[in-house]
Amino acid sequence: MATYSPHQERHPNMLRREHREWLLFVLFIGPNLFLFSVFTYWPLLYNVYLSMVRWDFLRPTMPFVGLQNYIAAFSDPRFWNIIWQTATFTIWSVGLTLVLGLLLALLLNQRLLYRNTARAVVFAPVVMSGAVVAVVWSYIFDPRYGLIDQLLSFVGLRSPNWLVDPFWAMPAVIIVYVWKNIGYAVVIYLAGLQNIPRELYDAARVDGAGAWERFWHVTLPGLSPIAFFLSVTSILSCFQAFDLIRVLTNGGPADVTTTLVFHLYELGFVSYDAGKAGVVAVVLFLIMLALTIVQIRYVERQVTYG
Amino acid sequence: MAVTNEIEQVSKPVIALRRRMPFSVLAWRVAGYAAMLIIVLIIGLPVYWTVTAAFKETREIYSLPVTWWPAKPTLANFPAAWQAAPFGRYYLNSFITTFFGAAAEVTLALFSAYALAYLRFPRKDLVFLLLLAALMVPVEITIVPNYLTVARLGWINTYQGIIVPGAAIAYGTFLLRQAFLAVPREILEAARVDGAGHFRILFSVVAPIAKPAIVTMALLSVVSKWNDFLWPLIVTNTTDMRTLPIGVFWLRNSEGLANWGVVMAGSLFLIVPVLIGFLLAQRAIVEGMTAGAVKG
Repeated sequence: MATYSPHQERHPNMLRREHREWLLFVLFIGPNLFLFSVFTYWPLLYNVYLSMVRWDFLRPTMPFVGLQNYIAAFSDPRFWNIIWQTATFTIWSVGLTLVLGLLLALLLNQRLLYRNTARAVVFAPVVMSGAVVAVVWSYIFDPRYGLIDQLLSFVGLRSPNWLVDPFWAMPAVIIVYVWKNIGYAVVIYLAGLQNIPRELYDAARVDGAGAWERFWHVTLPGLSPIAFFLSVTSILSCFQAFDLIRVLTNGGPADVTTTLVFHLYELGFVSYDAGKAGVVAVVLFLIMLALTIVQIRYVERQVTYG
Repeated sequence: MAVTNEIEQVSKPVIALRRRMPFSVLAWRVAGYAAMLIIVLIIGLPVYWTVTAAFKETREIYSLPVTWWPAKPTLANFPAAWQAAPFGRYYLNSFITTFFGAAAEVTLALFSAYALAYLRFPRKDLVFLLLLAALMVPVEITIVPNYLTVARLGWINTYQGIIVPGAAIAYGTFLLRQAFLAVPREILEAARVDGAGHFRILFSVVAPIAKPAIVTMALLSVVSKWNDFLWPLIVTNTTDMRTLPIGVFWLRNSEGLANWGVVMAGSLFLIVPVLIGFLLAQRAIVEGMTAGAVKG
């Protein structure tokens, strides 16, 4: 990797100077790397160790049990349910964010008055605290006095009891996730739309392509790298979604909104089972690592060919 | 959808347009405004709902049909929320953890980025990779080991316990390194010829030139620290150490269902500063968040 200083000039007393520079480099970057070692790299290793012991955070001994925690987890239907629910939550959230985000971006890319205001409104939820967004939405979902019931009553429907109904709890979490995160997808798409060369549209028009054909053959292919980037980052962010679930449903009712990251929190800080928490942390890390590698491959390709 | 190009060429007064524009284009345009209005309503409605509820009397919130505007607007919910939970203390805690957390990130990123951009070191590529690898570890999976570490340090329920584990910064380091590398070479040479050391160069040459990137990075830091939920939730265990998001969450747990007006007022204590900050610094925040995606 070409990360060397762009200013390598020769000097008479270069060696001493160079050593002083090495020392300075260590001083400059050392604190950052030290903190990463303690609070990022070490936990990775420690998770692997924890996943092979039985421990309740209190007992003085941590008996080594080998792969038993893994076997117990993978033979537990609840664990597979949780993986399935994580996948459901992720696929719906990412799918809706990407598709609706694209429609919104196409709309807000038009030369309409006040479109910057609209963009700001759409983006604002992204910077809000997820926990507080979830608090606000738990009132909106209130089956009697909430906003949604009010809106549904206009068309003669009654609101389900969103957060305690095993069928509606997951859709509720997905709705809030999409509401909060769609603005991010929109600004990324908008940036991508700026990057599509105008000449392509002009050429397409010269060839007699209509609006729909131009969208299908110029806009969509032009956006596909962005859409790929967005889908990977959104999948990663779904795997990390904690605050919405903790505040809206606390993983319930009857477990239906428990995702892997919530399960990890629950095992570690509610049922105090360090071994099983370790297993979930390792599994979660491996899944996310695979996704990140896909993403980096993509970024590299962009740099090379883009 | 693909209304793109016919419309873009027109930027003349509406009346002149109406005569010359074909009907279909006009229809598209009207549809565009209608769609935009609907979007803004959908995204904005929950916030509107929060604000109006915060000004409603409790009786009004729990009477049907639900009202769209407070019948007798009242400010009572705000002092009630302030008393139901120690919001003064929450603000203090949030300010302290956000300020020092973000300051630590910016400082570490400044020095790290300078080292990566300008200082020579054997195997610098390895250091680079180590930082890149840190980007790939989500904080969520480190919570149990970090809790144990912080407990061993005796930092449970302290500010340093909230701040220090999240102080290291990889994304911001790369963001700043990129900005530092764009500083014109001649300026650096001139400073060096004048005898400026690396500290001088960093603080009086590079940092002022890269100020927009630093501001953007600092804003991203502030937003993420201010909104942080999982870690402060785990590492604090008394009311007086909670930050705002945790405080609002517990306020909901104790007052929600019975007293939504108070909970919404409490939510506004947190949302309003964020929205004001967002309005003031919208461009920089959006730029920072999209930086990784499109530049490639």
